[in-house]
Amino acid sequence: MASTLLATTVKSAVGTDSSIARAVNWLPQALTNVSSNERWLSLAAGGAIAGLCLTGHAPRLLSTILGTGLIYRGLTGNCPCYQALGVSTSDSTNPQTAITAGHGTRIEHAITVNKPAAEVYKFWRDFENLPRFMTHLIDVETTTDGKSHWVAKGPLGIKVEWDAQIVTDKPNKMIGWKSLDGADVDTAGSVRFNELPDGRGTEVRVELKYDPPAGKLGTAVAKLVGQSPEAQIKADMRRFKQIMEAGEIPSTNGQPHGQR
Amino acid sequence: MKALCWRGKKDVGVERVPDPKIINPRDAIIKITTTAICGSDLHLYDGYIPTMQAGDILGHEFMGEVVETGSAVTNLKKGDRVVVPFTMACGGCFFCKKQFYSLCDNSNPKAELAEAVYGYSGSGLFGYSHMLGGFAGGQAEFVRVPFADVGPIKVPAHLSDEQVLFLSDIFPTGYMAAENCAIEPGDTVAVWGCGPVGLFAIKSAFLLGAARVIGIDSVEGRLKKAREVCGAETVNFENVDLLRWLDDRTAGRGPDACIDAVGLEAHGNGIAGFYDRMKTATYMATDRPTALRMAIMACRKGGTVSIPGVYGGLLDKLPMGAAFAKGLTFKMGQTHVHKYLKPLMGRIERGEIDPSFVITHRYNLQDAAKAYKEFSDQKDECVKIVLKP
Repeated sequence: MASTLLATTVKSAVGTDSSIARAVNWLPQALTNVSSNERWLSLAAGGAIAGLCLTGHAPRLLSTILGTGLIYRGLTGNCPCYQALGVSTSDSTNPQTAITAGHGTRIEHAITVNKPAAEVYKFWRDFENLPRFMTHLIDVETTTDGKSHWVAKGPLGIKVEWDAQIVTDKPNKMIGWKSLDGADVDTAGSVRFNELPDGRGTEVRVELKYDPPAGKLGTAVAKLVGQSPEAQIKADMRRFKQIMEAGEIPSTNGQPHGQR
Repeated sequence: MKALCWRGKKDVGVERVPDPKIINPRDAIIKITTTAICGSDLHLYDGYIPTMQAGDILGHEFMGEVVETGSAVTNLKKGDRVVVPFTMACGGCFFCKKQFYSLCDNSNPKAELAEAVYGYSGSGLFGYSHMLGGFAGGQAEFVRVPFADVGPIKVPAHLSDEQVLFLSDIFPTGYMAAENCAIEPGDTVAVWGCGPVGLFAIKSAFLLGAARVIGIDSVEGRLKKAREVCGAETVNFENVDLLRWLDDRTAGRGPDACIDAVGLEAHGNGIAGFYDRMKTATYMATDRPTALRMAIMACRKGGTVSIPGVYGGLLDKLPMGAAFAKGLTFKMGQTHVHKYLKPLMGRIERGEIDPSFVITHRYNLQDAAKAYKEFSDQKDECVKIVLKP
């Protein structure tokens, strides 16, 4: 289950190794019991009330409590009233899968790499190679039991981390992975390799699902700051192909030019 | 170092810029010994090619001496004398493996720009707009050459710079244009444009077995070179009804193949030429395909129209009906230079051709702006300008 945007932001601001971050990690996770539509409505209503307060159009104390409560409800997906009543409208995850069907953002992209499937599979299977072409990844560390720790750049420079595990591994055919409990971002991915006949290379089809902090709001913010997931995966896969086929990523960064 | 920079339409100048550095493991740095201005540089000069930025270093025909190599370049060493293809090719992709080097999948770092316009991107080119990679060109003292383990060809010591420089572009370009005509013994080939590429296309058509080659232009100096140096019959299209003239000279059959070595800035005459200039001036069309229209109309049934001339965008009033009715074959595209380097170097070494015949002017790099103006104004029967840094 994803920790909240608040926790992620706090950890990003103070650094993941600080005592505050450890304290945030130690805190029990807020239970998500509000559906994403309701979270949106809560955010909007809370924002509107906050606006009214600031412009002096509403009684201060009551509105501040109500507004803050709604904003908290929107950001975290946790409603203390629902919790007390034992009610949940949440469409969030269950412990078996990282992301429930129909939830979060799903992107898919395919390219053809002019190499045999075995070679392409081998490179991808070592997740520590992924940051070489997925530019939003800062680092991936793998352990021998199929687990890995991922550190990524989120929107607005927020640093997000998660642990993941390989759930499917069919050599030269497919790799599937998903994040484990406690991830800043719930994420799952798969990549399929289909070697074409007559030495025509290998089709590589990648599918990524992720549920960013604050759900659809996070995706919307990411798009606003210029990181459309579709454009990102397309560029990532192009770099993957360039590394596999050319051994390097073409670049003009740092070349000379005259007065611009 | 000194480098010729594009500043805007009809505005280029030599500026002091930082020296290039190795960026990737397969790079090499070349100290330029001779470079040239290409006819297609005039499309940049005249502002026809989109995605140029002020400060871009021009030049895609150059050669020189290796001064530094990246860690993955093992075939070249400091001091090697090389000619560099104007197209960049990784050597490993589907297209490179098929020898379609100018269609390399991996050499354009800004491929998404070209994909937006053309669906898919061709290779990166030196000094030819950001859509085609935004790579700094070679009208400079030094240049960075990506994929240097695949592109550059070493030059035998006994051959001069001017004999081999044009392996970088125009000789292979003219040669591929002729090869694309699938010439059979006895064929007649008509070539529109007797600039450097047209002249090399004429020479190459003869090398590949054409019986007759007809050179078409309106600049007398160029027609003279086509006639006297390359052995073509020539015609000034301003003095005749060209289609009737070609039909008459081929006794009612038409040329077996037609080569358009002019491209998007054709100097058409008459009503059609005026119409094209109006359309492009008002942004209702991007290219002026006068030569291409003529080539399609003149070509014999079942013949080939080969297009080494550069086109960039949308063409108006192209006689597709005539092309279909006559069952024509079209062949075109940027030159797969890498494929031709060795065989054409062989032809030069064996004395079958001396490409330096096209050179009419020699300038110091310092005076490159003046050279561009002269080439563009087409005074003094300028055919080919080489620059010395």
